[in-house]
Amino acid sequence: MSETANLTARLTALANPTRFLALAGSLLPWLGGAAVLVLVVGLGMAFAAPEDYQQGITVRIMYIHVPFAWLAMFCYTLMAASALGTLVWRHPLADVALKAAAPIGAVFTALALVTGSIWGKPMWGTWWVWDARLTSVFVLFLMYLGIIALTRALDDQSRAARAAAILTLVGFINIPIIKFSVDWWNTLHQPASVFRLDGPTIHPSLLWPLLISAVGFTLLFLALHLMAMRAEIWRRRVSAMRRMSARAAEGKLAEGRAS
Amino acid sequence: MLALYVREVRLGIRAGSGALTGVLFFLAVVAVIPFGVGPDLNLLARIGPAILWIGALLASLLGLERLFQADREDGSLDLMLIADGRHMLALTVFVKCLAHWTANVLPLVAVAPLLGLFMNMPPAGLAAATLTLLVGTPAITFIGAVGAALVVALPRGGLLVSVLILPLSIPVLIFGVAASRGAVAEPDPFLPAFLILLALTLFFAVIGPAAAALALRNAD
Repeated sequence: MSETANLTARLTALANPTRFLALAGSLLPWLGGAAVLVLVVGLGMAFAAPEDYQQGITVRIMYIHVPFAWLAMFCYTLMAASALGTLVWRHPLADVALKAAAPIGAVFTALALVTGSIWGKPMWGTWWVWDARLTSVFVLFLMYLGIIALTRALDDQSRAARAAAILTLVGFINIPIIKFSVDWWNTLHQPASVFRLDGPTIHPSLLWPLLISAVGFTLLFLALHLMAMRAEIWRRRVSAMRRMSARAAEGKLAEGRAS
Repeated sequence: MLALYVREVRLGIRAGSGALTGVLFFLAVVAVIPFGVGPDLNLLARIGPAILWIGALLASLLGLERLFQADREDGSLDLMLIADGRHMLALTVFVKCLAHWTANVLPLVAVAPLLGLFMNMPPAGLAAATLTLLVGTPAITFIGAVGAALVVALPRGGLLVSVLILPLSIPVLIFGVAASRGAVAEPDPFLPAFLILLALTLFFAVIGPAAAALALRNAD
């Protein structure tokens, strides 16, 4: 009980954009540095890892493809959480988080699709199949683009934020479909091999580099997201200041005309 | 609520004749397909249900952006928002969706068997496709209400509505086509896909109006 109250208090304290900017500013170099470090280690281990006995060297695409795909879903989950924050608690930073996350998530989804299709060409013999998981990730990509289009189409910021939040929540149905699509429909894409109840079925020599590079890409995502949020807050401040100065100039003009 | 339903249906049928345009569009889409894939009757019979479904999906997207815009222009949307205390807004939206479906989409379902004949579909396939359309198209309208409510303040939101709705309506399309194909092709079962389609419609009948009501309240 006290823990939730504590958490709420902390989240409310973050609502002050200046405090958030200070925190983000001090956090960013650390986060970025850690991301680079972990990525270097993870990708280095990925290149040192043994090749798959069937797939040969192409298995190395996995070390970037799987993190991209995870992040595509993680980013949407984060957006859905901030959508809840916008609609339920009216947290002023939640809509900034949602708006900043959408383009990053779209890029990660596109990268997951591209790397997957590069991997699919030698393994499956085709660039693209209309397999359940590929299709649902493609739909996820379309939804990211739709959310971006909606946030750009409405010029009133708070209204755009709430519209995007509603759309994000409605579209959240897609995430479980992606997660379980390979179990429900028995299609070409392989079933889950890392997060399973009976432990991972992938060999530790391949699993560790994968996990480390996933952590690295997640850190990278968080750093990018914080940067985008900071840029968005500054952009809003600039536009607010512009509006204020325009109003002041107009007022002066009106005064001059009156006298 | 019944009065609202009757009013909406009357408006939908009388003004602008959106229903007729939708049917014409449906006809045009289905007529264009044989030119694209060639007049092979066997092929057409196989992809017939899919063509009917895609045509109906596109045609039912047409009038959607007017769902709330006309009400916003003449102010009745404000009245509906104010009356939220007496009639729940989500319920109002639900009734509006039903009326929109009756006026604009039901004619599409009615002409579907005729268009299916052009596609050389067997009688069982015709009946199945019409039945799945009857059951599945309300789901598209309910999803569409969310999109229409989100862009109600935009002057030209029609294209955006389609972009927002199409990804969400893919499950409906999948199970609709699967069910209507299952009725003809022997190994595929008809009933499971049909029941899932029914479940999708019921699911979106709850989610759609609730989300649309939230979006409408936010728009003003």
